[in-house]
Amino acid sequence: MSALTVKNLHVKIGESHILHGVTFDVPAHKVTALLGRNGVGKSTTLKSIMGLYQGTGSIELDGLQILGTPTYKIAQAGVAYVPEDREIFSTLSVRENLTLASRNKNNGDAYKNIFELFPELDTRAAQLAGSLSGGQQQMVAIARALLNENEILLVDEPTKGLAPKLVTEVANALVKVAHKTTMLLVEQNLALVKRIAENVIVMDQGRVVFQGGPENLNDPAWVHQMLGVSGGHK
Amino acid sequence: METFILIGITGIGLGALYFLVASGLSLIYGLMGVLNFAHGSFLTVGAFVGFWVASKMGFETTIPEFLLAMIIGGLAAGLFALLIEQLLITRLYERHIDQALVTVGVSLVVGAVLGGWFGNDLRMFPTPMWFLTAIDIGGAQIPADRVIYISTAILLLIGNWALLKFTRIGLIIRAGVENRHMVDALGINVRKAFSTVFFLGGFAAGVGGVLVSVYSNGVSPLIAGSYLIYGFIVVVIGGMGSVPGSFLAAMLIGIIKQFANYYATGLGDFVVVILLAVVLLIRPQGLLGKVRA
Repeated sequence: MSALTVKNLHVKIGESHILHGVTFDVPAHKVTALLGRNGVGKSTTLKSIMGLYQGTGSIELDGLQILGTPTYKIAQAGVAYVPEDREIFSTLSVRENLTLASRNKNNGDAYKNIFELFPELDTRAAQLAGSLSGGQQQMVAIARALLNENEILLVDEPTKGLAPKLVTEVANALVKVAHKTTMLLVEQNLALVKRIAENVIVMDQGRVVFQGGPENLNDPAWVHQMLGVSGGHK
Repeated sequence: METFILIGITGIGLGALYFLVASGLSLIYGLMGVLNFAHGSFLTVGAFVGFWVASKMGFETTIPEFLLAMIIGGLAAGLFALLIEQLLITRLYERHIDQALVTVGVSLVVGAVLGGWFGNDLRMFPTPMWFLTAIDIGGAQIPADRVIYISTAILLLIGNWALLKFTRIGLIIRAGVENRHMVDALGINVRKAFSTVFFLGGFAAGVGGVLVSVYSNGVSPLIAGSYLIYGFIVVVIGGMGSVPGSFLAAMLIGIIKQFANYYATGLGDFVVVILLAVVLLIRPQGLLGKVRA
């Protein structure tokens, strides 16, 4: 069963036609990795699902059409978003970032789970989010998305720009989260993708060119051909 | 020394009036990116409604009556601002040129309607007799009305700070100033916060309108003119979206202008423009503004 179905999605930004009829399914309760070279439209796809870019075609969340719906209603419908550049509120404290994101007043359990996942956020609750390291900011961004009950989690390059130790920490957190939710993950780190993805979508030049299982990620020739990188043995 | 104190405190009083105009402008631009040239009309509407309420109480008002007229003037301006936001601005988000044209149009219409109705002559604002007295501070005789300007500005600053710091709507506004699309992506309708900010900005401008009328010895449809220009200067120097920045800049400008006018006769406006240029060159984001990504 699909949690999210994207059909024939076209998106233009200004004069540029970025997505050319993107079509894919995200199976419920599984992690789907959205892969491809830089600039093929992966982040645009996530932003379009979130309603941050307008397009034509169809995006269904559990059978409900969400294309053209305001972003805040898409989020309320259960789409959580961890953006590529974290986009935490740097002038707010960690606690304020989390309070803002929480739509349910009685979600003590959600806070407990988050602080188990990222204990540092509990100890740094009063600290301004802008003064955190890149890895800690990524934890805030992920924690913010996990505070509410969601249908799907859209995660855009969560390990981008992080030091190797932090990549492991964020990856471990995503592995734990992956057991509990449907996730559409854009990620360049193939080792992480192979660890958690159960389904793979590959995009090229604004189109989906492959959707299937993750087995091919172990084939260096396939990885090189599809993604333009070596990494099949990672 | 007395002269120094007198000029300093009257400068702070003038700065307080600039702050009342600028605080709403700063929040409205900081949160919504709306360059609101209709802000002067909020000030004028507040001044006229306050004048109407005060006039009902006679030629002279008591301090509580004056404060009531000021608050009603502020509320009327806040509601007028909300009306303008709902009817016009909501259709023009992200369309900056259209916003400028429409808000300039609103200010022209309000000025013309009030001018046609009441005429453009100054009408004496009914004030308490206490306003005409002087308070001795360090030997300087300070006009008593300055106390009202300064305390109102400080109360508004504290109220603004408390709202922004301790309420959920304040949290949404602060986050929205930084990144309104991400606030939306968290499932929050940031446009509701926009309406609150428009109301608060209108309220502050309306209260400012009543006090400007007292300072200018009367109410008139033309009263907002130079105050709106100074409001924009304060916002730029203080930093877009920063209310404390606006307060700091307004006080700085009020004091510098008064001293310049006294020691270099009539050069107050010129010195403020030089200050604006210096800030733009050295710190384009303003004194307490944040650099936008």
